[in-house]
Amino acid sequence: MLSPYYIQLVILVGINTIMASSLNLIIGYTGQLSIGHAAFMSIGAYASALVTVHFNFPFIASLLFGALVATLFGLLIGAPTLKLKGDYLAIATLGFCEIVRIVFLNLDITGGSVGLRGIPKKTTLLTVVVAVLITIFVLNRIINSRIGRALIAIREDETAAESMGINTTYYKVICFGVGAFFGGLGGGLFAHFFRFIQPNSFGFMCSIEHLCMVVLGGMGSMWGAFIGATAITAIPELLRFLGDFADYRMVIYGAILVIMMRVRPQGIIGQRLSADQVSIGEKLFNRWAGMGTGGKRG
Amino acid sequence: MLKVEGVSTFYGNIQALRQIQIKVKPGEIVTLIGANGVGKTTTLKTISGLIRASEGRVLFNGQDITAEPPHKIVEMGISQVPEGRCVFPRLSLRENLEMGAFIRQDKETIAQDVEQVFETFPQLKGRDRQLAGTLSGGEQQMLAMGRALMSKPKLLLLDEPSMGLAPMIVVEIFKIIEEINRQGTTILLVEQNAQLALKTAHRGYVMETGQVVLQGATDTLLNNDQVRRAYLGEG
Repeated sequence: MLSPYYIQLVILVGINTIMASSLNLIIGYTGQLSIGHAAFMSIGAYASALVTVHFNFPFIASLLFGALVATLFGLLIGAPTLKLKGDYLAIATLGFCEIVRIVFLNLDITGGSVGLRGIPKKTTLLTVVVAVLITIFVLNRIINSRIGRALIAIREDETAAESMGINTTYYKVICFGVGAFFGGLGGGLFAHFFRFIQPNSFGFMCSIEHLCMVVLGGMGSMWGAFIGATAITAIPELLRFLGDFADYRMVIYGAILVIMMRVRPQGIIGQRLSADQVSIGEKLFNRWAGMGTGGKRG
Repeated sequence: MLKVEGVSTFYGNIQALRQIQIKVKPGEIVTLIGANGVGKTTTLKTISGLIRASEGRVLFNGQDITAEPPHKIVEMGISQVPEGRCVFPRLSLRENLEMGAFIRQDKETIAQDVEQVFETFPQLKGRDRQLAGTLSGGEQQMLAMGRALMSKPKLLLLDEPSMGLAPMIVVEIFKIIEEINRQGTTILLVEQNAQLALKTAHRGYVMETGQVVLQGATDTLLNNDQVRRAYLGEG
């Protein structure tokens, strides 16, 4: 049998896979740079935890409730902000993420900065594995459908997509809603595993971590999101076994990220046209290079 | 078929179009010529709904489409090939063409129409799996035109198909434009290459600073002194 430590690691990998693959739909397939995915995670976490604690919702129902509340906010936020492009959308989603964090920090019902305690532990290895499989199955179906084709067309060239008769705003909002749903699901699983949540667990760095998983794994690839989530979750843990060097593990972890982006900017799995064409990964690398994506857990 | 009635369009406070009047009859090739920045592209974008007119009306087959969103206008039968080609670079040639048929429900005939596009553009034939971003400029223009045809438009809007292409390829593209017209698609063509555009089209409009300053049959325009001096580079 696996030791509790490994089970926790696998569960975290699973939750992060859900987060990364749902963000991948928004960034990798639709090309919308959203860096506030943690907001949906926290909305899902709080919503599901609150109905479990106060109304004794069954586990599945509370997970669904959390995901639906996150979807609602995804649609509400998506409708006005998705008219923004590139960097502007990034700033808007970042702002949204901060607003959510600060609201939860100041509400009484969420316990403020003390956090929400006493959530029953209901997330097991099995539920996480099932949730991951459902997430990947549904996202895969969407990507290979008419909706998916519209999303990819928007990523490739929004003007051209519009002149193909694609209602770009509609499809972008749908993509945001679906991304938020699974983001909220990840949050619900997270809350019922750690039994304690606080607003600062879902801050800016959490969003950036999701972004790193998507970029490192490879944008626009289902396997990429899984591999990215596994790598980003597991590498800092594996580096604990370096013995005397364990103190340097976050430094090594950061260095691995930087080197990866330099050597394989398209991610571990990710397509690239030719050497002279700049991939999205490369653009993101250039954008974030100055911000030190590596030093985040410190 | 298409009537643009007194359309004015603004970018913020800047007026780009002043009371434009344009008419396209079924079966025609109509060209819109003029220098850089006089509002040719803006006119096309206003027709296809990418930009809103603040004054005037756009009528398509008698129906007012001024306030319709772009995807509705495509469904009604107006398809635009945007300036600078805009193919989907990381999709294959075939996928690009299939995207062109996005609004269509008849799955069976789409494959047939893809073949039809390959007949019209033999240079693209047998390269279905190649990524569009790896095509040459001329081939991308051909693909963009083929993709626009996939929605079975009644009216095709072409925005500067000659842009950035070698003269020989431009001639080839214009031959194909005539061929598409012969097969029954009405065309509104925006061009800077006035010579070639006037020789290809039936009627033409000359634009200057957001206004139509001259119009008529292309033979007449080709012999007009003003046009010859300003756009055809003749004394």
